[in-house]
Amino acid sequence: MALLETHGLTAFYRDFQALFGVDVSLDAGETLAIVGANGAGKSTLMRSISGVLINGARQILFEGRPIGALAAPQVMALGIAMVPEGRKLFPSLSVEENLLIGRYGRTTKGPWSLETVYRLFPILKERRNNPGTALSGGQQQMVAIGRALMSNPRVLLCDELSLGLAPVVIRDIYAAFPAIRESGASIVVVEQDIGQAMKIADRLYCMMEGRVTLSGRPSELNRAAIHAAYFGADS
Amino acid sequence: MNWADTILQGILLGGLYALFAAGLSLVFGIMRLVNLAHGDLIVLAAYLILVLVDTLHLNPFVALVIAMPIMFGVGWLLQAYVLNRTLGPDILPPLLVTFGLSVVLQNGLLQAYSADSRRIPSGYLDTASISIGSLHAGVMPLLTFVSAVAVILILNRLLYATELGRAFRATSDDAVTAGLMGIQPHRTFAIATGIAMTIVAVAALYLGTRSNFDPTIGPARLIYAFEAVIMGGLGSLWGTLIGGIILGMAQTIGGAINPEWQILAGHIAFVLVLLFRPRGFFPRAVD
Ligand SMILES: Nc1ncnc2c1ncn2[C@@H]1O[C@H](COP(=O)(O)OP(=O)(O)OP(=O)(O)O)[C@@H](O)[C@H]1O
Ligand SMILES: [Mg+2]
Repeated sequence: MALLETHGLTAFYRDFQALFGVDVSLDAGETLAIVGANGAGKSTLMRSISGVLINGARQILFEGRPIGALAAPQVMALGIAMVPEGRKLFPSLSVEENLLIGRYGRTTKGPWSLETVYRLFPILKERRNNPGTALSGGQQQMVAIGRALMSNPRVLLCDELSLGLAPVVIRDIYAAFPAIRESGASIVVVEQDIGQAMKIADRLYCMMEGRVTLSGRPSELNRAAIHAAYFGADS
Repeated sequence: MNWADTILQGILLGGLYALFAAGLSLVFGIMRLVNLAHGDLIVLAAYLILVLVDTLHLNPFVALVIAMPIMFGVGWLLQAYVLNRTLGPDILPPLLVTFGLSVVLQNGLLQAYSADSRRIPSGYLDTASISIGSLHAGVMPLLTFVSAVAVILILNRLLYATELGRAFRATSDDAVTAGLMGIQPHRTFAIATGIAMTIVAVAALYLGTRSNFDPTIGPARLIYAFEAVIMGGLGSLWGTLIGGIILGMAQTIGGAINPEWQILAGHIAFVLVLLFRPRGFFPRAVD
């Protein structure tokens, strides 16, 4: 049984339908990448899983348990943490407080604590008393990842970590992923950069216009097929 | 006229206004909700304390200790079952609902306790005073001020040094992302309003022991509270204390010059502060 799976997932913003029957599955210990162009529905998928958007209960299963209709706090209590698109640090909280708030709803014991997060991203320890939003973009992204890890999640959802960051900074951020995988978390990353996605993921899903257009292991997929699934067949 | 004494009385009066305002400031800071029934809730709490003192023959301070958790419950229920439903992108529903609540509370209290002026008896404390040189301060005004400072110290500690306080600030920054952290915004709001009403009980004790009150005086207390909050800068609790002190000083100085000017002087000070510091003395950096 997959750890987390969606079945015919549909999602709406009022009358606007953003997802049209999305099926993805994540096995324990796996890292998935979701790629797709702007507006493909990647963030909508993340928001649906994390409970920001409410969906049909059975459209999302976590260890076989229907969670589609649960709100965000309940989903995170089960062990699904999200690094939201745009980082979304709390401006009135210091770096350390941003990290601490990450375990508000879930006090499960596990490998992650202030100490281990600081070990993963040493620069954050130096800046611990700064307001979260006073940091550089890359450092803010580290806070957002650390904040999600603080809940010792079973599933870590990361929405566009590389958004607006320089390539060297992106490399630094992804350098943390082996340690995160080793800690036992299963990971879903949303990524616009196909090269980066192929490097990090065990499996990859490509989305276009609210549907999955391609999936497979990076070794089984060629760039032309991904390109077609990414931009549409005739581009 | 003794200026030093007048200023001292003004500062001490400011403590009362800060107590009126602290709960309003807290709730506004966390959920951007303006509770127009705040003044009437203070009056409600004053009647609660009065009833406890009258029927159980309690010392008013003991009655306060009983009234505080009751008012916490009132605030929690009010937020959880009424005000949470009014929160949203539109700012009008909470204003309309709390205005309605204000009318209901006033009329309910009139029905129950008539329009007669009442006072919470505080025994010898009523007239007790302390003198240092030429300065005289009543024990009750001093206690009021000390209570205001204590309330603000405790609230700041709560906000900046506890997990609940972090949740308050995070929810105020971004309720959706707070949800991703496992914070339930509506539950957090209910606790915040409960705390605000606990402070309202403290304010009510001093309101009711220091002067007469009747069911209709709530809206005027709301105005003083507003003026203190806005002069201090929205969302800053120490600012609220400063705002209360400015209001209190303006009123006592105005009153010392001419008793008829007392209330007006406070409002004039408010307008002047707004003219020169439109965002108050300690505005929040982020809004
Ligand atoms: N809050 C919203 N209200 C209405 N429509 C929305 C909202 N958020 C997204 N959409 C629409 O839903 C569709 C999918 O958007 P989504 O944000 O999921 O795309 P995405 O794949 O994450 O894109 P990007 O790479 O730009 O982040 C788009 O057409 C978008 O315009
Ligand atoms: Mg997106």
